[in-house]
Amino acid sequence: MATLQINNLHAKVAEEGGETILRGVDLEVKSGEIHALMGPNGSGKSTTAKVIAGHPAYEVTDGEITLVLDDEDVADIDEDVPPEKREWDLLDLEPNERAALGIFLGFQYPAEIEGVTMTNFLRQALNAKAEEREELFEDEDEAEAEEEEDSGYDTSPMEGNVDDGEIGVAEFQQLLKEKMELLDMDEKFAQRYLNAGFSGGEKKQNEVLQAAILEPAIAVLDEIDSGLDIDRLQDVSEGINALRDEQGTGVLQITHYQRILDYVEPDHVHVMIDGEIAQSGGADLAKKLEDEGYDWVREQVYETA
Amino acid sequence: MSSDQDHLKETDTEARFEFKKEERSSFQAEKGLTEETIRVISEDKGEPEWMLKRRLRALEQFQKMPMPTDWPGQPDLSEVDVNEIIPYIRPDVETRESVDDWTDLPDDIKDTFDKLGIPEAEKNALSGVGAQYESEVVYQNMQEQWEEKGVIFCNMDEAVREHEDLVREHFMTKCVPPSDNKFAALHGAIWSGGSFVYVPEDTVVEMPVQAYFRMNSEGMGQFEHTLIIAEENSEVHYIEGCSAPKYSAFNLHSGGVEVFVGEGAHVQYSTVQNWSKNTYNLNTKRALVEADGRMEWISGSMGSKATMLYPASILKGRGASDNHITIAFAGEGQNIDTGAKVYHNAPNTKSTIESKSISKDGGRTNYRGLVHIADGAANSSTSVECDALMFDNESTSDTMPYMEINESTVDVAHEATVGKIGDEDVFYLQSRGLDDDDAKQMIVSGFIEPITEELPIEYAVELNRLVELEMEGSLG
Repeated sequence: MATLQINNLHAKVAEEGGETILRGVDLEVKSGEIHALMGPNGSGKSTTAKVIAGHPAYEVTDGEITLVLDDEDVADIDEDVPPEKREWDLLDLEPNERAALGIFLGFQYPAEIEGVTMTNFLRQALNAKAEEREELFEDEDEAEAEEEEDSGYDTSPMEGNVDDGEIGVAEFQQLLKEKMELLDMDEKFAQRYLNAGFSGGEKKQNEVLQAAILEPAIAVLDEIDSGLDIDRLQDVSEGINALRDEQGTGVLQITHYQRILDYVEPDHVHVMIDGEIAQSGGADLAKKLEDEGYDWVREQVYETA
Repeated sequence: MSSDQDHLKETDTEARFEFKKEERSSFQAEKGLTEETIRVISEDKGEPEWMLKRRLRALEQFQKMPMPTDWPGQPDLSEVDVNEIIPYIRPDVETRESVDDWTDLPDDIKDTFDKLGIPEAEKNALSGVGAQYESEVVYQNMQEQWEEKGVIFCNMDEAVREHEDLVREHFMTKCVPPSDNKFAALHGAIWSGGSFVYVPEDTVVEMPVQAYFRMNSEGMGQFEHTLIIAEENSEVHYIEGCSAPKYSAFNLHSGGVEVFVGEGAHVQYSTVQNWSKNTYNLNTKRALVEADGRMEWISGSMGSKATMLYPASILKGRGASDNHITIAFAGEGQNIDTGAKVYHNAPNTKSTIESKSISKDGGRTNYRGLVHIADGAANSSTSVECDALMFDNESTSDTMPYMEINESTVDVAHEATVGKIGDEDVFYLQSRGLDDDDAKQMIVSGFIEPITEELPIEYAVELNRLVELEMEGSLG
């Protein structure tokens, strides 16, 4: 069971005199758990999500983000993973390295990439992730030896480079088909360009599909419920529940509304105000927020301050 | 073929010596492009008198014409000293002679082959050893199948001897006369090699006619001439080029392409080319399209120091149509100036131009286009779309579409977009596990996808790979 630990996280917009947005965030998410992160606009929810994933637009000025892995998380690595490779300081890692360790960010506004089909993108992402993962856990001496071995070429351009351990086209297509059925997505999505011309709902579904395929330990889903009609909201919710139930993914769900929490029941609810977690509680906290708004939380913050 | 090699070799020993010593740059040998040299080339090739005359006339025109210098934003050609052009040919012969051995190739070229993953056999072919054998086999198999239909596909030098009447009628007469521009004139004087394709009436050549590694093996490919004649209602897809960089000991490429699209015929000309970074790539490519004929130009232009290339279609007959798809990639120190020209000279003619360019590390791409709709070309339509993608703030991209519309009942559309590779796009892909380079490559492959989807798979794969290598900055 992986644990994402965020301690005293401070972050600002990465430019001269950039605005400070996070002012000491503390949060712990374990795989298999569902956390809801709520709060008014501008409180720093999306920033938290982006900083976890390593977005270059933000600069971390203080605090840590640590990912701790257990036996189960490293079961696919074909060796005894030593203790020093069990605990990762995410702030030292590139976004793709974080992804390889099992961090997934579901975007509120995913990029549209023309000319790249869903199938191609997802298969490449899956293979890139596997390769990066292997490198991260690899012994340094072994890595050097392998690099020497790789310095030649051994395939013709017609065949392309197929490395050991890569998922083949046919195998991948089967996987994609299964996951799409699960999310009630039309088969023709597979041949469409990544998010290009997708409706808002389709984009959100696509984010969940990607999480289902990449099987992260921790998925941070940024307002995955915004702009969804009720049917689509149910599909997306089912997908999120499946992430947890079938893959044991830990979910940090950022949302404004109680609505999605009717379908995806959170174990923990956190309220973020002015760049800090002001209040944490169970599912009932979300209901209270729905009824009473954020003002009472804000008042509490100011009282203690 | 070997006689001209020998001859040139004998006549220019000093130049060869200089060449060896100085390698590929700052080569100084005897200057001047003279009548005598042209006569030597023609004689070595055993050409008929009329071809020699055409060469000499082209030479005369070349000497009279000024260098293009006054185009807005054009690449700097001041380094191209026309007085040193002839010495530039000879090292090519030398090169072919000396590179029997893979190890004699310059390191940057070898590296590129390695990175392209080209197997040893192909490397040998590219270095000039096995090329003739390798491509002969393929070539003859194909030829048999075509010969039965009356299709001709051969080397241009051979065509002058074997298919003299066809060549005499079409070679640089109506399509690309030497008077067209300075480099067309130069080409007319010293052209050598290239392909000749003839497709008779009502004949469809189902598989693409490919001149793949051939230009390397035939040599002197730097001034190759391609002549394609597609008679009424015929159809052919010609693919030219190799994705490996040409071994260019000198730095001027000036090719000529002439395409005759008969009534109702359909010709697709595709090229994926990659030049070494010291090459000036100055070509003239043009198609004459008769009524209801269709011409398609598809090209990927990579490499070179400067490229000026604007494939042109002249839509002569009613209902003729043209389709251009081009892609250009400019990295550090490169200026790729490409585009398209279409002349709508008849009613109901139609053209579409789709141009994509990528620039990075201070590279410069230009789209330079001309669409001319003549008075009387009623009900014609044209659509021009230029998209530029830039990697950084140092790179530049200019769009210079030029339209001359002399007819009122026409439909004209133009659209241009310039974009920078978005940080958000890159981050999105990175968050899915792709590293920074792979993410950018994916965005670029998507950007050029309209081109790659038009190409046969092996060319598409290699085009993608070339783009990848360009982006790593690892091509020589």
